[in-house]
Amino acid sequence: MSFWKQIKPTFLNYPAQGKETERLPFNVRRIWLFTVCLISLVSIGPLVSLAIFDYTVTKNDTEKEIHLRMEGLVDHIAGTVSFFLEEKKAALSYIVYANSFSDLNNKERLAYILEGLQRSTGGFIDLGLIDSSGKQLQYVGPYDLEGKNYRNKDWCKKVRASEDGIFISEVFLGYRNVPHHIIAVRQDLPDGPCYILRATMDTGKFNTLLSLMKIDKTGDSFLINHQGILQTPTLIHGVAMDSIKLTIPKDADEPRVYEEVCEHGDTLVIGLEYIANSPYILMILQEKKDLMKVWLKTRWIILGILLGGILIMLFVIIHVASYLINIICNESRKTMLVLSEVEHSSKMASIGRLAAGVSHEINNPLAIINEKAGLMKDLFEFKDEYSSDPKLIGLIDSVLSSVERCAGITKRLLSFSRNLDVSIQRVNISAVIEDVLGFLHKEAEYRSITVHVDVAEDVPNFDTDRGKLQQILVNLTNNAFAAVEDEGHLDIIARRQDEKTITIKVRDDGCGIAQKNIKRIFDPFFSTKTESGGTGLGLSIIYGLALELGGKIEVESTEGMGTTFSVLLPIEKGEDEKSPTDERSWDYSEPIS
Amino acid sequence: MKVLLVDDEKDIVSTLAERLSLRGIEATWVTSGEEALNLLKTETFDLAILDVKMPSMNGLELQKKMNENHRELKCLFLTSRGAEEASEPGAQLTGQENYLSKPIKIEELIKKMNEALKS
Repeated sequence: MSFWKQIKPTFLNYPAQGKETERLPFNVRRIWLFTVCLISLVSIGPLVSLAIFDYTVTKNDTEKEIHLRMEGLVDHIAGTVSFFLEEKKAALSYIVYANSFSDLNNKERLAYILEGLQRSTGGFIDLGLIDSSGKQLQYVGPYDLEGKNYRNKDWCKKVRASEDGIFISEVFLGYRNVPHHIIAVRQDLPDGPCYILRATMDTGKFNTLLSLMKIDKTGDSFLINHQGILQTPTLIHGVAMDSIKLTIPKDADEPRVYEEVCEHGDTLVIGLEYIANSPYILMILQEKKDLMKVWLKTRWIILGILLGGILIMLFVIIHVASYLINIICNESRKTMLVLSEVEHSSKMASIGRLAAGVSHEINNPLAIINEKAGLMKDLFEFKDEYSSDPKLIGLIDSVLSSVERCAGITKRLLSFSRNLDVSIQRVNISAVIEDVLGFLHKEAEYRSITVHVDVAEDVPNFDTDRGKLQQILVNLTNNAFAAVEDEGHLDIIARRQDEKTITIKVRDDGCGIAQKNIKRIFDPFFSTKTESGGTGLGLSIIYGLALELGGKIEVESTEGMGTTFSVLLPIEKGEDEKSPTDERSWDYSEPIS
Repeated sequence: MKVLLVDDEKDIVSTLAERLSLRGIEATWVTSGEEALNLLKTETFDLAILDVKMPSMNGLELQKKMNENHRELKCLFLTSRGAEEASEPGAQLTGQENYLSKPIKIEELIKKMNEALKS
């Protein structure tokens, strides 16, 4: 939460409804959202596209590389297996070529040959000599197979039928009921009949050969026949003679690599090659996820960097957008405030001009009445014939006192209009308070509000802008009137606080200000009276005026008990304190005629 | 004491002159600056009481012109707009205290007149 507070744009704190947002010349929330979305799109969009592109390309490359490696491996192992078989075939072919039937029909000789084979090429378990009728004439090896008849065995028929006279069998059970492979070589005798030299291949050696040729620990490599029957044991795909549950492409002269989903749901990468001149197909399997392990690791790193990057970018984008829009927003609010102040001031100036005009026009006829009545009174006083009539003197005095009252009104109006000018003069606080109450005493009378003015004797006359001071006090008094009930109390107290400061307190026993609002009451546009037409500018303007006068306004309030506003003003206004006033003030003092 | 009263409002000056006469002050009144200047060619006065705002020539201009030939002539001003009129740049020459706001009190006027003549 605190992190969000850090980057949260402050304009979101402003109420969504109300005068200020209505008056903002643009919708900041929408601009903020638009800015954030747009910048995010143009910066994060390409990054994500690049990441996706890179992801796809590296994935394809890795797959291609895996396939190539698999293809190479398959080719290599197929070559090795093929060489192994060719070697065995060549050895047997040589034996039948180099030895006559009678040599081979000699058990000792045959045993000698087997030993020779095992010592040289290796990979043979036994040897048997079979005549044309299929009967095993001689047998050397660890099993008891002598005299067995193979006439009806499949391999026997095939070797007799084969053109080149050499046959490599698929795995089969045979008499021993143990899966094994044999190689049989047929030798045709010149006089017609033939004989067959049969050898059992050492499957262990075969299996070792295949098990060495693996890509990975989890990989599997084995031989199958063209029907998909396993010829060698496997790690997880069954034992020899089992049927493999994978598709086998039919016409693969070249090594083939393809992918297939196995029954466990894992994708397997399969390398396959038909081994020439044999019934075998070499098959190498590997789970794809094992092969892609390195790439998968890279993928997480890329994803991590991408997400991290996006988060950082979003943070920066939101932060920058908030910062800039805050500036715009604040500037715009300042402008609005200035405009409002100008509006307010020009309104005051208009009223001032009107008041001045009216006073001026009324003052002349008043002066005439004054002079005429004055002359009449003079005549009564100076000439004896009228002096005996006290009633007439009373009438004249009443006319003159009315003139004086009117003159008081015009004087106040004039002083109000004059106060719109910026002018520092020596003022008497009692006089200012009197002027202020002059404007408001009627309301006080109607509402039976008791106004008590208490100016201490040690409060000196001091240099300030009378009009601004008056405006401050009128505003505070007005606010106090608004806060108190009928028959409420209002105290205006002036005291000398110290050598340099005087304090004017405006204290009421009205409704008070809620604690949560007290910090905001001087904020521009803050108003609890918006419904009844409050602009929320009054206190903010007079706060500004107090600052211009080199002073300040403080507030204390207890809800339900009342409020005290204290205006602190310097007794002597220094030159340096004038500067903010002069920069900001507008001159409404165009000649009034 | 011989006083010249200048105000475009005849009702004011004439009545005021009469009231001053009742108090033993010799007061002559005219209703424009031009008349006042003409009168000054033939007569001399101790004091001039001028309305600040008058058509064609205002009180301040009139004072300037009168002072060209009659440097010793003291002036008091009457204003209908209070201090501000009397504190315009031209009026500074005579100081801020030599004005009275209309409607005036005769006692105050006489007090000011005496002060002006003493200074």
